[in-house]
Amino acid sequence: MIPQLLDGTLVLVVVVLAWRALNDRDLFRGVIEFIALGLLLAMAWLRLRAPDLALAEAAVGSGLTGALILSALVRMRRREQAAAGQTAGGATGPRGEARGKNHSRMVLGALSLAMLGILAWAALSLPAKSPGLTAEALARLPDSGVTNPVTAVLLNFRAYDTLLEIGVLLLAIVGVWALRRGDWPAADLRERLLLLSLLRWVLPLLAVGAGYLLWIGASAPGGAFQGGALLAGALLLALLSGLGKRLLWRERLIRTGLTLGVLVFGVAGAVALGWTGGLLQYPTGQAGAWILVIEAAALVSIGLTLGLLYLGGRPEEK
Amino acid sequence: MSFLDFLSALLLVPALFFFVAGTVALLRFPDLYSRLHALTKADNVGLGFAVLALMLRAENGVEVFKLALIWGLVLAASSTVCFLIGQEAVRRGLKPWTRQSP
Repeated sequence: MIPQLLDGTLVLVVVVLAWRALNDRDLFRGVIEFIALGLLLAMAWLRLRAPDLALAEAAVGSGLTGALILSALVRMRRREQAAAGQTAGGATGPRGEARGKNHSRMVLGALSLAMLGILAWAALSLPAKSPGLTAEALARLPDSGVTNPVTAVLLNFRAYDTLLEIGVLLLAIVGVWALRRGDWPAADLRERLLLLSLLRWVLPLLAVGAGYLLWIGASAPGGAFQGGALLAGALLLALLSGLGKRLLWRERLIRTGLTLGVLVFGVAGAVALGWTGGLLQYPTGQAGAWILVIEAAALVSIGLTLGLLYLGGRPEEK
Repeated sequence: MSFLDFLSALLLVPALFFFVAGTVALLRFPDLYSRLHALTKADNVGLGFAVLALMLRAENGVEVFKLALIWGLVLAASSTVCFLIGQEAVRRGLKPWTRQSP
């Protein structure tokens, strides 16, 4: 009875929060509601017994995405203020704007409904009792080099997908860097003395935590994405407190770190192709070591990419 | 129910009390400073009791250590964030609530 009550409340609050996050007039409050929504979604994943997803949702979906949207909000307000200072009377009236907003909302709503229909159709057209690939994947688990089935799928059985995902992350940061120069998050160091004294021991702890998540990913929930998110959080804290400045000016080092994941993954794929004849088909008995090396490189790239996206552009000395 | 389980359940009662108290204070207190005070004090004590309760149910020493680490991190982070928010509020000239003010 109590678990059902908890799940029911969770579903209800998630739906209400999602609605509020989309419709709140106060954009700042909307962002906070979005972050809270992410945390509750992580709890929902936990209730569905998917702790890997819960970790990723809490760290990436709620924490880092929340920080990204917050920084976008700050930039938007700054631009609005600058625009308001330049022109006293706007060209487009508020009514025209509202109508345009309504139209785009209707289009978005229709698209979402269509998507929902397609997904519902796809879910309903599945055979009711399907064994899926679970049994097969679990049967081959001893060959995968790890004991956590999620990591086995991500880094061995479907390693190709993960390679492409890390490629997408690289493309994202390249795109952002090509578009504009990053803003420096303003921080007055004298006012942040307490923050600095916290960061002095929290940052090393976060780095150790990222490594721990990477290592534990072989046998328990964790892995490169969760560890990378932790690393990105550490980087973000460092940037906000002004500690990351000197690091960012070592451009070559940063660029190497950003591409490391794709490079190592790609080279590993090529070497494995020459060795065993299959792309990303690791040599028998050595899969665990291969996965660890690839994940370590991916961890660095994921952490740097997610953390540096916050700057909203390429870091440059002013 | 073993003695440890009973003790663990007993510790969850004050944990719940402090969390509820902190939440009520967040909703009912008049200004930012008092709300910050309530959140960072009451909730951290509540979390402390919850962590103690969970420690009694932990399977090994590593789990106890991890739980202690979580509590320490939350304590340090929330007091730092409380300080930063409070300082920013002072900088913006937000007056603390007093009985005289309307």
